[in-house]
Amino acid sequence: MKKLRALLAWLSRGRTAVIGLPYLWLLAFFLFPFLIVLKISVSEMEAVTIKDMLAFKDGVLALSLKLSNYVFITQDDLYFKTYLSSIKYAAVTTVLCLAIGYPFAYFMARARATLQPALLMLVMLPFWTSFLLRVYAWKGLLTENGWIANLLSSIGVDHLLLAAGVIPALGKYMNSPFSLVLGMVYTYLPFMILPLYGNLAKMDLRLLEAASDLGATPWVAFWKVTVPLSKAGIIAGSMLVFIPCIGEFVIPELLGGPQTLMIGRVLWDEFFGNNDWPMASTVAVVMILLIIVPLAIFNRYQAQAQEARR
Amino acid sequence: MNAVSAGKSVARAWLLGGYLFLYLPIVALVIYSFNDSPIPNVWAGFTLKWYASLAHDREMIAGLWLSLRIAFFTACGSVVLGTLAAFALVKYKRFGGRTIFTGMVNAPLVMPEVIIGLSLLLMLVSVQRATLSAFGWGFPERGMLTIWFGHLLLGMAYATVVVQARLQDLNPQLEEAAMDLGARPWQVFALVTLPMIAQALMSAWLLTFTLSLDDVVLSAFLSGPGATTMPLVIFSRARLGLNPSVNAVATLIVLVVSIGVVLASLAIARAERRRQQDIAAAARGG
Repeated sequence: MKKLRALLAWLSRGRTAVIGLPYLWLLAFFLFPFLIVLKISVSEMEAVTIKDMLAFKDGVLALSLKLSNYVFITQDDLYFKTYLSSIKYAAVTTVLCLAIGYPFAYFMARARATLQPALLMLVMLPFWTSFLLRVYAWKGLLTENGWIANLLSSIGVDHLLLAAGVIPALGKYMNSPFSLVLGMVYTYLPFMILPLYGNLAKMDLRLLEAASDLGATPWVAFWKVTVPLSKAGIIAGSMLVFIPCIGEFVIPELLGGPQTLMIGRVLWDEFFGNNDWPMASTVAVVMILLIIVPLAIFNRYQAQAQEARR
Repeated sequence: MNAVSAGKSVARAWLLGGYLFLYLPIVALVIYSFNDSPIPNVWAGFTLKWYASLAHDREMIAGLWLSLRIAFFTACGSVVLGTLAAFALVKYKRFGGRTIFTGMVNAPLVMPEVIIGLSLLLMLVSVQRATLSAFGWGFPERGMLTIWFGHLLLGMAYATVVVQARLQDLNPQLEEAAMDLGARPWQVFALVTLPMIAQALMSAWLLTFTLSLDDVVLSAFLSGPGATTMPLVIFSRARLGLNPSVNAVATLIVLVVSIGVVLASLAIARAERRRQQDIAAAARGG
């Protein structure tokens, strides 16, 4: 009995530490900073310091909220356009990743069982080599005389791309919407494939047999059984691509051009170029508002997937 | 029959094309690192001169050394915090604010890095200003420590996912059996749980190490004077255009990473086999 009580006491202490330590860390380094950003976004910038919102003036507590940044952001056409085009590029990237990644994950999951660990390893391996360098590599492939540039020009794809308005001129692929989306699809494709594969590999294949017994053709069975069952994987993968793409900075900076407006770059320029911290904070707060719904969807599915494994 | 084999060749072609897409840039980087031409994508014969020039590249070497140190501490801290968070999520199904906790653990996985970097920096600057006016000494100074904070936040999220997946697959009866046989909780953890999740801890360590070694955006926001990590050096050169020294560094990284990953997976496979043999032997003995 005494032993049991001691054990319970230890457990409760252990439990407190196990939950408390990461919890406090996340509160201090993840949640608290957002509140600071929110505060700075409505603060005045005075030379290099940021004026305190609450100040005693002549014995009265004065609260100065500066909402002009928010007013500016809604009235200035450029910000609005940039947010819109960030969403557009992120959405196009997500759709392309799904179109390439779904069949890829499907074929992986239906490959011979002995082959699957190697196939999975090959998808994960690029994760381990520098993301920055892989994006940089596309610069070499797409500039004049690059392998892919030559290949695309020799089969005449550039006419098609020019007609679609995603490259500036024949044979010029860099710093265009085309190179930006290509770089983002390339970088985020594994994030789409992995959750889809995890989902499709677990599927009970007897359901397809049942569908076929009931007279469904493989094509019908795929759309009526496989796709609905992999909904969780589709949503998880899409959010894993869409959300980070909206605020992407490195890829637009290396592969994008002057016309490919991305909000991550605007935030960067406000902060590093203009040194306008309140404006950078305002841009960040609006960006958080944009991604908060997809983020909630992602969290819900992530939590469900984690609970369901048991 | 024809439809089936046609389906199979479509599958093969799709997989092959996908892998080609994933690996082509890496192959191109490696090949052109041996290119004897100042224009990095016009082939002009084989050379090793870019590697030789790396040896005198002070900026790159200093960046590498800083990045390696930050990556080491990030990986260690991420595994500790990530394991705790994974335990909290798997073992304790109910505690106050669990939903917020889950959200905060998962959000850094997808949150754009510019937001994380900006908010963390502004928080740290506020803390520094507050301590400066309170004690006359501002803490934390921007530099290695602040970069570490940022990488730890990201690394912890990834480590949690990796460890959590493993913890969920564990058979809880093994821990209960050890408890019934009189093991204390810390003994259960050290002798039963830890060996079973060791593989996941190792993957989490390696993953967060490489994440940290690769990060540009968080480092850019959080670095201070004199704290320029290797990705920042590479990024500032890559921004200006193609640069053969970047290709040479890339090739070395690819080489080291592939050797590391192959060695690690061999070690993991061998440890797993030995564990299975031990389990089989124990089952025979009992």
